Amino acid sequence: MSQLVFIVFQDNDNARYLAEAVMEDNPEAEIQHQPAMIRIQAEKRLVINRETMEEKLGRDWDVQEMLIDVISIGGNVDEDDDHFILEWK
Amino acid sequence: MAVKNKKLNLKDKYQYLTRDMAWEPTYQKMEDIYPDERFEGIKIVDWSQWEDPFRLTMDAYWKYQAEKEKKLYAIFDAFAQNNGHQNISDARYVNALKLFLSGVSPLEHAAFQGYAKVGRQFSGAGARVACQMQAIDELRHSQTQQHAMSHYNKHFNGLHDAPHMHDRVWFLSVPKSFFDDARTAGPFEFLTAISFSFEYVLTNLLFVPFMSGAAYNGDMATVTFGFSAQSDEARHMTLGLEVIKFILEQHEDNVPIVQRWIDKWFWRGFRLLSLVSMMMDYMLPNKVMSWAEAWEVYYEQNGGALFKDLERYGIRPPKYQDVANDAKHHLSHQLWTTFYQYSQATNFHTWIPEKQEMDWMSEKYPESFDKYYRPRYEYLAKEAAAGHRFYNNTLPQLCQVCQVPTLFTEMGAPTKLSHRQVVHEGERYHFCSEACCEIFEHEPEKYVQAWLPVHQIYQGNCEGADVETVVQKYYHINIGEDNFEYLGSPDHKHWMTIKGQKPADDNQDAA
Repeated sequence: MSQLVFIVFQDNDNARYLAEAVMEDNPEAEIQHQPAMIRIQAEKRLVINRETMEEKLGRDWDVQEMLIDVISIGGNVDEDDDHFILEWK
Repeated sequence: MAVKNKKLNLKDKYQYLTRDMAWEPTYQKMEDIYPDERFEGIKIVDWSQWEDPFRLTMDAYWKYQAEKEKKLYAIFDAFAQNNGHQNISDARYVNALKLFLSGVSPLEHAAFQGYAKVGRQFSGAGARVACQMQAIDELRHSQTQQHAMSHYNKHFNGLHDAPHMHDRVWFLSVPKSFFDDARTAGPFEFLTAISFSFEYVLTNLLFVPFMSGAAYNGDMATVTFGFSAQSDEARHMTLGLEVIKFILEQHEDNVPIVQRWIDKWFWRGFRLLSLVSMMMDYMLPNKVMSWAEAWEVYYEQNGGALFKDLERYGIRPPKYQDVANDAKHHLSHQLWTTFYQYSQATNFHTWIPEKQEMDWMSEKYPESFDKYYRPRYEYLAKEAAAGHRFYNNTLPQLCQVCQVPTLFTEMGAPTKLSHRQVVHEGERYHFCSEACCEIFEHEPEKYVQAWLPVHQIYQGNCEGADVETVVQKYYHINIGEDNFEYLGSPDHKHWMTIKGQKPADDNQDAA
């Protein structure tokens, strides 16, 4: 059985960079656009890297900033200074 | 003094600002300070194993929450200043907000009280901090929802006295009793009920597809508070999953206790969300996703992945999930046809779906809609056209546990009413399902005390014996304004005026 993790962002300027970064670092992920929101799902694992986000934004980015734009998640969370990881192990 | 101001990393910061703020008591015994931690039978060996994966500390909490609030209130201001209510898809939509404000927002407040209470009851500092943050979040949700909808209250009926209605109105006892049940349980059952079963497994169904639907219907204020609240929920859901894993990892004796709670609270949450199924399929004029589709994504798919992950602890999926999965084809239709009959006693309007809406339902519910439900609407529409808009004047029989009228059907038999009864100490009790009956039989001393609105009316505790008196005086529902059919209602006429479709009545203020 497939075991998907997912993350949902508000569809706004910040989150468009987040979505871009996620898709770049997780090329197998699937992105779905729904009214006012962006939903990304992937088999077993999704990662957001601080480094990729900082490249996209052209500024320093704190991983916890994503708290402002995220709507929902599914999967075990592991967060530190460099990553936000969603995972079914 | 050239000391470099080195920034703490997230893990250290969490350790210093959370765990290290706690201390070992010396004057009093731990079991006297935290007296409710043991009676449920849950065994905690080592609280230091508690993890908050977000590693959120109070300083970061205030910083991000303040930013969320600023964004949110800027949008509320813009919405009100620009008469945003005039840009929604159709005024029928506002009825979903009436249900939300009287059914859901008071639950946010109940959650605030619940987390404030259990946050005091755990001897582990990590758990106390997480509960404290969630208590503040829930208070924020209750307040922002009331602020968002106060604008609608200036222009539409039925939104004027939500907390009063929440404590009294017959169908609002469904959400109210759900939270009262959780809050009167022990602290570990409360967390399993609300943090895990409700927040992690089920609330996505309300706050993600329904809110996306609010956006699609032009309601900028609601989608914004919904998503702002849900950004906190991402944290709550993580807490919910960690809570379950933590309890299960602490001691094997905890597994059967937690499994029973999961079975119970999945079912209680599923019954509560039947109201949301109706909001999605019937109360969003512009449709995004059907209840069945939302259930497939957010329960069958995501819940499936979750329960697969929990297998390693000896946890299986909720006992009655097959009944819930089967019900996705019927739930919203059975609810709406019931509310349609009882609109004389609700703070929102009901209506027959329009033709293109029924066609959408035929497409989304190919196995059930045309066969079982379309004919009912066609009959009711014919009756209404002939001047006999149907209202059911018999008070419904309520389930002793979930308090929903016994309106659901058996799994695999959509024309057979689901009903169970048991005699307990000489009294007969009625249930909507095997699952609710089983919940009762495990704790009859709790559920015999249920405040069932219909029984209370018959016992004379609701200021009168006739529907009109109860509705007007006891519920504070304004007869002829808040209740009955949508077509021809003051809201409907007002909306026509806004849209320039018909002249206003003489006594009606223009928008």
